[in-house]
Amino acid sequence: MFGKRIVAFLAIVVVMFGVIAWTSPAIVKDVRLGLDLKGGFEVLYEAEPLEGGQAVTPETLKETARSLASRIDELGIVEPEITTEGTNRIRLRLAGVTNEDEVRKLLAKPINLTFRAPDGTIELDGSDFVQNGAGVGYDNLGKPFVTIKLKDGAKFEEVTGRLIGQYLAIYLDDEELSRPGVSQAIPGGSATITGNYTNDEAKALRDTINLGSLPLKLVEKYTQSVGASLGLASLKDTVEAGIIGTIIILVFLIILFRIPGVVAGITVITYVWLLLIVFNLMNATLTLPGIAAFALGVGMAVDANIIMYERIKEEIRSGKSLLSSLKAGSKHSMRTIMDANITNIIASAVLYYIGNGAIRGFALTMIFSILISMVTNIFFSRFLLMLIIKSNLFNKPSYYGVKEAEIREL
Amino acid sequence: MNFNTKIRFDFVGNRNKFFLFSIALTVIGILSLLIFNLNLGVDFKAGTNMDISVGKAVSQQEAKDILTQIGIEGVTPTVGGTGNQRVSARFDEVLAQPKIVEIQNAFKAAYGDQVSAEVNVVSPDMARELGIKTIWAVLIASVGIMIYVMIRFEWRFALAANIAILYDAFVVVALFSIFRLEVDLPFIAAVLTTIGYSINDKIVIFDRIRENLRFGKYKNRDQLSEMVNASLWQTMERNIYTVLAVLVIAVCLFVFGSHSIKLFALAKIIGLTSGAYSSICIASPLWLLLKGKEKPKVAVKSSTSS
Repeated sequence: MFGKRIVAFLAIVVVMFGVIAWTSPAIVKDVRLGLDLKGGFEVLYEAEPLEGGQAVTPETLKETARSLASRIDELGIVEPEITTEGTNRIRLRLAGVTNEDEVRKLLAKPINLTFRAPDGTIELDGSDFVQNGAGVGYDNLGKPFVTIKLKDGAKFEEVTGRLIGQYLAIYLDDEELSRPGVSQAIPGGSATITGNYTNDEAKALRDTINLGSLPLKLVEKYTQSVGASLGLASLKDTVEAGIIGTIIILVFLIILFRIPGVVAGITVITYVWLLLIVFNLMNATLTLPGIAAFALGVGMAVDANIIMYERIKEEIRSGKSLLSSLKAGSKHSMRTIMDANITNIIASAVLYYIGNGAIRGFALTMIFSILISMVTNIFFSRFLLMLIIKSNLFNKPSYYGVKEAEIREL
Repeated sequence: MNFNTKIRFDFVGNRNKFFLFSIALTVIGILSLLIFNLNLGVDFKAGTNMDISVGKAVSQQEAKDILTQIGIEGVTPTVGGTGNQRVSARFDEVLAQPKIVEIQNAFKAAYGDQVSAEVNVVSPDMARELGIKTIWAVLIASVGIMIYVMIRFEWRFALAANIAILYDAFVVVALFSIFRLEVDLPFIAAVLTTIGYSINDKIVIFDRIRENLRFGKYKNRDQLSEMVNASLWQTMERNIYTVLAVLVIAVCLFVFGSHSIKLFALAKIIGLTSGAYSSICIASPLWLLLKGKEKPKVAVKSSTSS
């Protein structure tokens, strides 16, 4: 009769650990490491208008971020993280970059769009174009062309008039992108550029011209760069520290609480595994402070167990049966545990709100670790204990860290 | 009244000693902050911070010589890490990227290609912004927690707990100022999570005080303080274990963790220790003090009812 429960307990534990052991290598491999662990660099740019240009708007900022992304893509850097912050900031995180110096020089360059005559003289530059005025259109055959709008129609008419039969090459920095021919003087300040463009090429040209019309200068406000081997050493040291700490805690738990201590050990391992899975699902980046939060989270997950087990011990001492001690103990400790978790979530949420970069990673890890520890170290832990107690195999108070002599008669 | 606990020490009776100690520490902390300020790291004070892993044992003089060679004077690098293989240098100005590369290359020339560095550069306005944000964060977090405790308990508990957690946060800041430890961004995380965590023990104790309050009648001040003492000892084991659990992790991070996490771990250790102390020696006696103020009213009530 009671055999069933202990079989259920063992089956759950064995299956659980089997799944954990089986899936862990893949999960660990999937964890996205932050640049402080993998090496790389982070830059916070503040965008300023280039001489007398227009103020920075959310659109121009986004456009600039997009152009940074395309420049980075050209360099073949994987998984760049580019985010806009506030009204005029762009944060860039590149992990695993080795030629940092070159990359930064390239990124800091303002976008320099020019239209040049065959002899190389610059006829028009980005500031001659209406902001975001370029577009893509299609002719009757479905072939894409690019439309442009200029601020000064007369100037464009004069330039095109001078270059009839020649071409007006489009340059980004010193790279020629396209070389549309000029067949007539174009009045009115708008024109179409036709060529043998594919759809993607036409769109790319449109974006470049739009970007060129937004002259923003990027100023580095904050940079952090981490050497790859330094990052790896940090990762190794800190993970080891966390593992050592966890083992010490588990040993203590088993000494202090015996059977419930073993259950706590099982739930803590489950907690770490689940947290890693959630991390991967969220596509979150693990940073160095994040690992610290992971490890501290183990301590706090265990807290929930300690508060519950101490309460259960008290109930056993007061003479209740094991089962009613478990029920009363977990009921009474619930509120306290929730209080502890909620106050920690409040602090972590504030931290997430003010923090940036690695600190956000820390705060986020903290919040997830609290939520997951509630599942594993309150409910799962209680469920496992219930199975053990109901099995009647371990019914001596000493299995729960209570001496017989301490138990009062009811 | 018999609370059936092993009372070993009268915390409530000795409260004035604890108050005195904490007030003294607070005053010393304020003085230290006024006189020496904080040893602000690069996150809060504009400049450049370089942390170079050399891969070989290196002395402070050697590191300094390398910097002098490339024309950087007046910067004293510190050497630490396993086997003194790490050099940290702090520059008050924002170093341009070519200069940083020059420094890295100088170390590479001296020690080989395994040299690996972490470089942080922060401009003045970013540093100022972060400082202001941090003060706000501590205030918002403590107000949030205070409101929560007020909803769960009553204002006396909330006030006593809040004074104690702000004290804990301050102790971390004060000790970092006194011992000239560097304050960086992870330090803020440590202080804020100290606030979040330190409240836990207080809630455990206050929960117990409230429970005991409900099941007993306390006619005078002595009985009330007896009850608070008993509540402290009833929850002592639990509070020590929970703090130890997190403390073990923090100590491990401090001892075995990587360089940049050490100061964070140290701040956590201070915060956890202070939190455990303030729960028992500050928050609970403080509550009693606040409660004691309305004693006459209670006394009148209980005398008429008994």
